[in-house]
Amino acid sequence: MASKKKADGKGLPGDAALRKELLHSMLLQRRFEEKVGEAYALGKIGGFCHLYIGQEAVSTGIISMLRPDDYVITTYRDHGQALVRGMTPRSIMAELFGRIDGCSRGKGGSMHLFDRNTNFLGGHGIVGGHVPVAAGVGFAIKYRGGDQVIVCFMGESVVNTGAFHEALNMAALWKLPCIFVIENNKYGMGTAVERAAAIKDLSRRADAYDGMDGEHVDGQDVFAVREAMERALEIARRGPKPVLLEVRTYRYMGHSMSDAVSGTYRTKAELDEYLKRDPINLLKARMLEAGDIDESDVAAMEQEIKTLCQDAWDFADASPEPPLEALYEDVLVDTTS
Amino acid sequence: MAIITYREALNQALREEMSRDDRVFLMGEEVAVYNGAYKVSKGLLEEFGEMRVVDTPITELGFAGVGVGAAMVGLRPIVEFMTWNFALLALDQVVNAAAKMLYMSGGQYPMPIVFRGPNGAALQLSAQHSQAWESWLAHIPGLKVVTPGTPYDAKGLLKAAIRDDNPVIMLEGEMLYNTKGEVPAEDYIVPIGKADLKREGEHCSIITNGKMVLVAMNAADQLAKEGIRVDVVDLRTVRPMDVAAITASVRKTNRAVVLEEGWELAGIGAQVVDYIQRECFDDLDAPVVRVHQADVPMPYAKAIEKAAKPDLAKTIAAVKKVMYLG
Repeated sequence: MASKKKADGKGLPGDAALRKELLHSMLLQRRFEEKVGEAYALGKIGGFCHLYIGQEAVSTGIISMLRPDDYVITTYRDHGQALVRGMTPRSIMAELFGRIDGCSRGKGGSMHLFDRNTNFLGGHGIVGGHVPVAAGVGFAIKYRGGDQVIVCFMGESVVNTGAFHEALNMAALWKLPCIFVIENNKYGMGTAVERAAAIKDLSRRADAYDGMDGEHVDGQDVFAVREAMERALEIARRGPKPVLLEVRTYRYMGHSMSDAVSGTYRTKAELDEYLKRDPINLLKARMLEAGDIDESDVAAMEQEIKTLCQDAWDFADASPEPPLEALYEDVLVDTTS
Repeated sequence: MAIITYREALNQALREEMSRDDRVFLMGEEVAVYNGAYKVSKGLLEEFGEMRVVDTPITELGFAGVGVGAAMVGLRPIVEFMTWNFALLALDQVVNAAAKMLYMSGGQYPMPIVFRGPNGAALQLSAQHSQAWESWLAHIPGLKVVTPGTPYDAKGLLKAAIRDDNPVIMLEGEMLYNTKGEVPAEDYIVPIGKADLKREGEHCSIITNGKMVLVAMNAADQLAKEGIRVDVVDLRTVRPMDVAAITASVRKTNRAVVLEEGWELAGIGAQVVDYIQRECFDDLDAPVVRVHQADVPMPYAKAIEKAAKPDLAKTIAAVKKVMYLG
């Protein structure tokens, strides 16, 4: 979907078809996550479950710029990125329901979505732990002489971990094609970023490594995210070398399903303020104004997505649980090569 | 057969497997330019180049994770830790990433990676550099854990580990690197999960692994002079454990001593004793006795360090105890 086409709709980047795709991608994530929240409340989904609502312009903006042979790795807040990467709503919902047709065969759940077909290297549950893994994928790309990149999504609290620093240092030292994307949604669980990080502009963490570029961008504006990602890709793919992108966003739900929406750590007023910059509403308004779409197009898109999400639910609900013999499967690979 | 050191045996295994498969690479602190902190990787940089013999910064967590990522997309990394004491910093990658990836991805991402390095005590390295981690690592499903005690087993197990599609932990020993033994010139592997009856006897079984195999063999020699002939069962792999080899030996001798380098509580020996009581309850003529490190951090001063370690005298005394000889 990467496009350098000139604006044709009242100053908006890309063409109308691309813009529709972006809106569809973001709306799908939003409605899917709402459905997940509903299923969680009904006990269809268990365990820890972290919704992506509010951050959709980040996943869509970043992943829409990738090639199919690039790699994506992320945290436990992984549903949105999995959808944008092309994993089916069915396979994701079935995983959340803990069913055999889930993308990880019911073994991973919400935090561990994996899909070999789309080079989606997983949702990972230990804060910071997957960042060195991303550097390792970058190392393997360089080892083979390929020109792919790996995008590593992480929450802003990751930048305070040792794993983050160790990984970025090696990525810079060895010039690995890694794009480290900090999704700064302002809170690590309930701790505000300014109460955890002794640095305001997180993209400046890149300054610690010679030759690493860092940039921050408005994460509620999907076009801005795409433009920043285009620059990052140029650096990572052509360099090759790593780049650090801080995408400033906001989550509208609690940290997880067990957390109240605003809670003790942020005010309703703050949430309301950020809701004014809902990434989907911003894009939709601009597209309506540009004449890309009208209200009936939006209604049709909503209907189509509603059907898709209901289909995912029905599919997941009908899928069997993993059989008991699956318990001992895939602990180890059976063969020695 | 050529007589070579444990160190040379490991070096041969690395060289042969890197020649055999260009997806195999070695990374860790001082493995390249320095030729290895213990010279295990001597000459490999020259032969294979810096992309395949990679010096890392001192960042165990970071480079263990780099290995995991590389393994996820099809390379076959060998991650060397200068000692397993330092690998504690990397346990998140070993335990939470490498050991879990296949399972939590529903079988999509195998993890063909080897984590290796010296384990346990050397001489007067004191508390932070003298710990045996077998039981910690063997506790984790999704890992295989091998502990070769001889040059033959070191080479064969390392080659098997590199060819295995699963994460394999290899615990070596600083005090083993200079030990010598017969190693054949032709290609061979030692299968993971198979114990080896290193000495055959009839009066008692000594069940052990890793560095303690040498202690057990010395004990067997000494005891033979007194007419006591023991089985020495070298587990070689502590996960999965060769239960059949343990029970076959104990059913024959009816007495067992379990010798390990680590601490007593929840140690490898505790698991061995559990297998024995489950499988050989009616075969036992005496309670099983365990020999292990004293339940203290390793001290520096020579005499108390010696007192802390499992050794020849303690092993011989344990055998005599289970034989009601003193």
